[in-house]
Amino acid sequence: MYTKTLTELKAGLANRDFSSRELTEHFLARIQQYDGDLNSFVTVTDVQALAQADAADAAIAAGKAGLLTGLPIAHKDIFCTEGVRTSCGSKMLDNFIAPYTATVVEKMAAEGAVMLGKTNMDEFAMGSSNETSYYGPVKNPWDLERVPGGSSGGAAACLGARLAPGATGTDTGGSIRQPAALNNITGLKPTYGRVSRWGMIAFASSLDQAGPMAQSAEDCALMLQAMAGHDHRDSTSLNEKVGDYLGALKDDISGLTIGIPEEFFPDTLDGAIADNSRDAIRELEKLGAMVVSVSLPSIKLSVPAYYVIAPAEASANLSRFDGVRFGHRCDDPQDLEDLYKRSRSEGFGDEVKRRILVGAYALSAGYYDAYYRRAQQVRRLIRDDFARAFEKVDVLMGPTAPETAFKLGAKKDDPVSMYMADVFTIGVNLAGLPALSMPTGFINGLPTGTQIIGNYFREGQILNVAHKYQQATDWHKQAPAFGGAQ
Amino acid sequence: MSWEVVIGLEVHVQLNTVSKLFSGSKLSTGAEPNTQASLVDLGLPGTLPVVNREAVRKAALFGLAINADICRHSVFERKNYFYPDLPKGYQTTQLAEPVVGAGEVEIQLAPKGNKGGEGEKKIVRIHHAHLEEDAGKSLHEDFHGMTGIDLNRAGTPLIEIVSEPDMANAEEAVAFARKLHAIVTSIGICDGDMSQGNMRFDVNISVRKPGEPLGTRTETKNLNSFRFMEKAIALEVERQIDVLEDGGEIVQETRLYNGDTHTARSMRSKEDANDYRYFPCPDLLPVAITDADIEELKAAMPELPDSRKARFINDYQLSEYDADLLSGSIATAAFFEAAANAGGDAKLAANWVMGELAAKLNAEEKDIADSPVSAEQLGQLIARLKDGTISSKIAKQVFEACWAGEGNPDDIIEAKGLKQMSDTGELEKIVDDIIANNATQVDDYRNSDDAKKKKKIGFFVGQAMKATQGKANPQQLNKLLQEKLQ
Repeated sequence: MYTKTLTELKAGLANRDFSSRELTEHFLARIQQYDGDLNSFVTVTDVQALAQADAADAAIAAGKAGLLTGLPIAHKDIFCTEGVRTSCGSKMLDNFIAPYTATVVEKMAAEGAVMLGKTNMDEFAMGSSNETSYYGPVKNPWDLERVPGGSSGGAAACLGARLAPGATGTDTGGSIRQPAALNNITGLKPTYGRVSRWGMIAFASSLDQAGPMAQSAEDCALMLQAMAGHDHRDSTSLNEKVGDYLGALKDDISGLTIGIPEEFFPDTLDGAIADNSRDAIRELEKLGAMVVSVSLPSIKLSVPAYYVIAPAEASANLSRFDGVRFGHRCDDPQDLEDLYKRSRSEGFGDEVKRRILVGAYALSAGYYDAYYRRAQQVRRLIRDDFARAFEKVDVLMGPTAPETAFKLGAKKDDPVSMYMADVFTIGVNLAGLPALSMPTGFINGLPTGTQIIGNYFREGQILNVAHKYQQATDWHKQAPAFGGAQ
Repeated sequence: MSWEVVIGLEVHVQLNTVSKLFSGSKLSTGAEPNTQASLVDLGLPGTLPVVNREAVRKAALFGLAINADICRHSVFERKNYFYPDLPKGYQTTQLAEPVVGAGEVEIQLAPKGNKGGEGEKKIVRIHHAHLEEDAGKSLHEDFHGMTGIDLNRAGTPLIEIVSEPDMANAEEAVAFARKLHAIVTSIGICDGDMSQGNMRFDVNISVRKPGEPLGTRTETKNLNSFRFMEKAIALEVERQIDVLEDGGEIVQETRLYNGDTHTARSMRSKEDANDYRYFPCPDLLPVAITDADIEELKAAMPELPDSRKARFINDYQLSEYDADLLSGSIATAAFFEAAANAGGDAKLAANWVMGELAAKLNAEEKDIADSPVSAEQLGQLIARLKDGTISSKIAKQVFEACWAGEGNPDDIIEAKGLKQMSDTGELEKIVDDIIANNATQVDDYRNSDDAKKKKKIGFFVGQAMKATQGKANPQQLNKLLQEKLQ
């Protein structure tokens, strides 16, 4: 059962091949058996999951199934879930039980999804390797000595190991797409504002976006259908009609124009990575797509711009963790300043502290213009680059990440080299565009991914392209030996 | 050479919206601590602000009332600092693009010197006014060495009105503060209850020798009554002049005034000032105000204090100063108009409202809305004065009785037999008796010159008033006495 996609499991439930309880128990058992090695879950909500599964079975029996009824889903531990610890991968929130539920979780539950638990992640989503989590690193199921990517590393790893058939992630600079690539799964970052941020603990508010992660584009379409929509509680959520993502999968892609940004294939890029993405693009050409070369000249500035804007926003977003109302509080504070200093020093890990400091510095008097304002200007240039490209093409494609999963600890002392790994994904967040990563082959037994970037609100088109590719190839069906996932 | 005083004000005005600036919580009115604080107000992780359009509308209405430019795309920014009653670790406020741009208000000063002259008028320029959220409250009592936090007030909408340093003394500053009070209450955006902190004043003060550049300023914060403001300014001006005349220097600092002890102390100096690291709040889009919105607001603009003042001068022939005083608050203006209309004499009504009534309200610390003597009752009293039924002396007696709740003026006059004795025959008999019984005084009077006669007639008036228990019509009595004593 665990090798099946959400779409297949949905059909199985409808056919009464198995019940949601059976399905849920099955995945809970796999988590129980294998997650000790993988560490992809922070919290497993078995009791609630089984109750939701029973309710789903009743709904199916009554002919009242929703989009996701009975399907087990793992939520990233960044989404608030009422009554369940929401840690955000941090000691700061190790004791935090949210009194309310995030819109994403709520919408998926309303469509009948069963929550298996909360997945591990880089602390406050700050990281590209899942090594910054207070709950320890997640292992890559393709090689347990390697990182799963991040920050949605737990989500990607549990999907790769088939411990869950679907998972939610969030993507601020590549946190859905890069781990998707490193674990051979499919992940979509929607247009900024497509999915509500209410209840999703903020890292960098103007960049954060939640999205689906699963085995296939088709599954992602199914999940996005349930997740997307305007939310009056989020001012940045856009009041734009939700597309028919499942319907869009059927569209013909002949005549589609794919733009290849030269900046996504620099001379310095690992040839094997480039080859895998070029092969994927050629496959789409066979299906009738046309390919043109484009340029995004400002994209090279995306990493420095991002590492000013994201930490700046984070430095303010993380001020609420002060030991006063919730979260970690130090023992026996001597006075107010001591309470703040020790609660925050003890509660946050090094990477989070680094970004708070960088962000506060970039916003401070005398440096604001040189850093924050300039980064915002660069952001506009990047957005304009993409806009110009989309005048000529339907989608843009290139590698998701410049390398395959690296060894745990390999970049521990080199944050800048870690940041550079986000070079292909970050521009999309700065521009607010939708983008998907899909499996497109292996290098030395490790997965690689290719990114498809679409114009604003063209999630349907991106999913369509990925789906057509996945119908013609079977890279996305490859699973690791770990946990008998193959 | 004397010192020149330069004063600028920052005024926080609490808007009387139904809900808070960024959440749906009701505004707190003496509720139990933390019962009117929602997830958003508590700054819980994952929560997001949504702008209250009504607060924006009220801020823009103020802008139109002072002839200011209204910003079509105003921007909320985060002002970062840590304090226990600031739940998010930043205040959402405006800096670069506030809702209300530069405007001005006219203030009316009291007549100087000869009675009957008109007082000076002066323009005070407004630099801008911006929308922001209030913080919660720290409670230092009843917590045994700890501090309690009440977040009911957190998120309450405020506009902060920032003046140019256009005021030269406490009188002008108070007149300006009163004028703002008159405006915000007249347009209905603030309840104007100073005791509830509906308006709070920060006063920037510096002194210099005429012709010299501006001196170093201090800011005295959080004054919540006109009287304290006046006294605090006097105190600070005196302190600064003393320091300078002793050869010292003014330190730029924030000061706190204690109204109970009439003392002030330094709160923090410029060196301790925070770097607030303002930046645009990424959770909120710019607030759009359209031409149509502005036309709609203009059409709905209630009568402003200035036009009411002009109307009072025109309709009731009041002096500028009287008209200014009476038009300052809606309640006073309405009281005056009702009394004037009921009594048929605006000048008398104005004198009574600003004289006897104001003194009495002041003495008993009552608001005009709670006056025991209604406008209709005062009108009736004025009518009886005007038609000669009672003298002004008796009128005061009737007013006191009416204040004490003894009924309407007509009933009181009737019940107490306070009607003036206007029957010439009866009065003539009394005057004859007095002349017959006071031969010495009569001789003395008759032997005096005209100037002395004017004084000496007082004795006979007194006797007659005594005999009539004050009910004699003074004009009639005078006339009779002058005739009989010839």
